[in-house]
Amino acid sequence: MTDVAASPGNSNVASATPDTMSWDSRARRVMMIYLPLSCFVLILLFPFYWMGITSFKPNAELLNYKEHNPFWITSPTIAHIKHLLFNTNYPTWLKTTMFVAIGSTTLSLFASTLAAYAIERLRFKGSPYVGLGIYLAYLVPPSILFIPLATVIVQFGLFDSPMALILVYPTFLVPFCTWLLIGYFKSIPYELEECALVDGATRLQILRRITLPLAVPGLISAGIFSFTLSWNEFIYALAFIQSGANKTVPVAILTELVTGDVYQWGALMAGSLLGSLPVALFYSLFVDYYVSSLTGAVKE
Amino acid sequence: MSVTTIPNRTYVVRQPGMITRLFDYKPFLIVMCLTPAIGLLAVFLTYPLGLGIWLAFTDTTIGQRGVFVGFENFQYLLKDPLWWNAVFYSVFYTAVATFGKFALGFWLALLLNNHFPLKSLLRAIVLLPWIVPTVLSALAFWWIYDPQFSIISYLLVDVLHVRSTNVDFLGTPWPARFSLIVANIWRGIPFVAISLLAGLQTISPSLYEAAMLDGATAWQRFRYITFPMMMPILAIVMTFSIIFTFTDFQLVYAITRGGPVNSTHLLATLAFQRGIAGGELGEGAAIAVSMIPFLVFATLFSYFGLARRKWQQGEAND
Repeated sequence: MTDVAASPGNSNVASATPDTMSWDSRARRVMMIYLPLSCFVLILLFPFYWMGITSFKPNAELLNYKEHNPFWITSPTIAHIKHLLFNTNYPTWLKTTMFVAIGSTTLSLFASTLAAYAIERLRFKGSPYVGLGIYLAYLVPPSILFIPLATVIVQFGLFDSPMALILVYPTFLVPFCTWLLIGYFKSIPYELEECALVDGATRLQILRRITLPLAVPGLISAGIFSFTLSWNEFIYALAFIQSGANKTVPVAILTELVTGDVYQWGALMAGSLLGSLPVALFYSLFVDYYVSSLTGAVKE
Repeated sequence: MSVTTIPNRTYVVRQPGMITRLFDYKPFLIVMCLTPAIGLLAVFLTYPLGLGIWLAFTDTTIGQRGVFVGFENFQYLLKDPLWWNAVFYSVFYTAVATFGKFALGFWLALLLNNHFPLKSLLRAIVLLPWIVPTVLSALAFWWIYDPQFSIISYLLVDVLHVRSTNVDFLGTPWPARFSLIVANIWRGIPFVAISLLAGLQTISPSLYEAAMLDGATAWQRFRYITFPMMMPILAIVMTFSIIFTFTDFQLVYAITRGGPVNSTHLLATLAFQRGIAGGELGEGAAIAVSMIPFLVFATLFSYFGLARRKWQQGEAND
């Protein structure tokens, strides 16, 4: 496998990229590509390795580098994870985060599917401007909005409630999803809808029976992306939620687990690991959708 | 059997109910489709944006409606060394981190554009730092930067014997500033690399073949083909990156909370500290609003500065 792809003799591979021409020796290739690439991978992955290894280390090993090799565990323990699951509110935080992420994803998908359909398919005067307006909303960063939004949330009586987050997260999810779905709807031939119109279907029937089934990959992309973004959101959750039980995982780990001057690194890292796992799992299942939505949104 | 059902179906379609006909009326349908999205954005984005600008001109605190005080908040900020400090660090953080992210991200994209085994697996791994919640990876960095048990200090002192004492990453201003920038670059590389990789894949290989026939070196191919062809996508990715780096909050809040001695405050963390934690909503809003001119300037600069080349090419071609 390695030999075939790396050998310069393979004409198929060589013609695809200009860098694999016949003068490109193997040693040179190792120096120019594999060496820097492995450095990148090592550095990009090291914090996760460190996070993982810390969460299974007993405290004695954790704080003693002289007698134990810090890069390995001699006697792994699940004490930190046990502590997290049974002595803290961690399960509640996980549930809240899941609830918020699913709620806001559903709401944004609903709103942005309809909006994208109206902008791309119903085509009215000024629809490009509406599209541009929604896109510009994506450029407004949460750091500018959180203070006035906090007062709006208080006015609505939603302060300290996960509902506030479900309603607020669409402000950054809807622009993204709408833009992504406009791109997907564009790729569906309009002739299909015309046929259905001629056959007497109503526009809502067309949306439900023809456009949406064809846009399923786009919907999945938008959905998993929204889920990840709302799982990771921090500043709104920090500003709008006060009581310990209603906090989302990222906020709760930082505000509830970091106590006093002596940090319980084992528990902190175990919490980070567990909090990252759902999105990492999701990610590993849908890698291609992530890549296509990330690059699709940028290209548009 | 089938003969009887077909007329039945056409009959139903010909006589749609009032609601069905209303929903098939295009203007009504357009309004109905746009209402959820526009409504959400208007209530939770446009209105707060306006409200934030209004709050910046009042002395509102938590629990007390403020009165209009004109430019008092901004005059106060202009005399506040902490605000100037935050402005300086925000600009510095954005400039250095963006440069680092794009230099390394572009390099990584060029590396990933080669053919090698397990390419898609590698691409998936590379994107991981961007997928994981920022605060959680920031915690990992906090632990890596620990004054006593930092793994980097261990490597430098006990393994490589380069230094005799542990590195104080977060205890003094300048090391703390650079430690945060490194964490930000680490988190930003994947997004830049994967976006630019998508751009690289759209460049036709025949351009490189033509250049190689003309005897262009690897550097010349990069300088005169890759770079100009990447300009439009580079402009967009850079605009995004600058906006979200300048308004960054999570990394700094998680690792240093603005310390030591307020040296690593970004405008966003300062706004949070004054506005939400300190209760001075008016002043916090003023700090948040003071970010807007920088953002507009940075967006115009990166977008038009980089996109200009494309526009000039378009003019020349016409």
